[in-house]
Amino acid sequence: MAEPIEKVSIVVSHGSLEGVYPALIMANGARMEGIEATLFFTFFGLDAIIDNRMDKLSVATVGNSAMRMPGGLKMPTVLGAIPGMSRFATTMMKKEMEQLDIPPVREFIEMIHDAGGELYACKATVDMFHLDKKDFCPQVEEIISVGEFYEKSAGAQIIFT
Amino acid sequence: METNELAIKQFELDDDGHLKNLDEWNENVAKQFAKQEGIEELTDRHWIVINFMRKEYQEKGDAPSIRKLTKQSGVDTKELYALFPKGPAKKAAKIAGLPKPKGCI
Repeated sequence: MAEPIEKVSIVVSHGSLEGVYPALIMANGARMEGIEATLFFTFFGLDAIIDNRMDKLSVATVGNSAMRMPGGLKMPTVLGAIPGMSRFATTMMKKEMEQLDIPPVREFIEMIHDAGGELYACKATVDMFHLDKKDFCPQVEEIISVGEFYEKSAGAQIIFT
Repeated sequence: METNELAIKQFELDDDGHLKNLDEWNENVAKQFAKQEGIEELTDRHWIVINFMRKEYQEKGDAPSIRKLTKQSGVDTKELYALFPKGPAKKAAKIAGLPKPKGCI
């Protein structure tokens, strides 16, 4: 029988709502199964842990060829650029998620942290965006280099999202 | 340990090792499952979670999510993981005599 997964290290590189949630769901799901989970936020993924941005993530409607309109009809990609479209899609998605008991980003981050998951910010991006430890929500353990990320990921399955 | 395993063997289990027939559950069964999961003693705090899960299951047909447990049972996430190490929702469901929770959250 194959070895069960003991540890996952999930890289979050996108800052859109649909870019962040899969990683959070996977990290939380890992903890629920007793699997160790580490989240490493890099590039725009940092928005999910920046204190004054994490409550305002939105769905990227531009260039998303899989977008559907309410009712299931395919949405021409050009409509994604209409002002208000992203906000509308975001509101819709948040409503659906609440019904499925999927928490908002901040609450989800708190949950994962309380469940023993560890959260780290990528040093290269932090430097590039001129950010500081105090810009992040309190659940972020520290700002680490990619080398430290690999050290912390010893024995883990690394998942890039 | 052996006696526990023997005791659990009296019951019909599903593929996940959870109790198949809800009605066969009682506090003693819970204690046996707990021991099997490495929890030596069920405290009042454990029972709050177990009873909440059973109530939710009876009302909704599925065991509650961790989020719901955290928000409504009065036991927060940190404590949940401390009470039921290595997977609170699944372990608590097993001890409560319920099938494995279906949800992802």
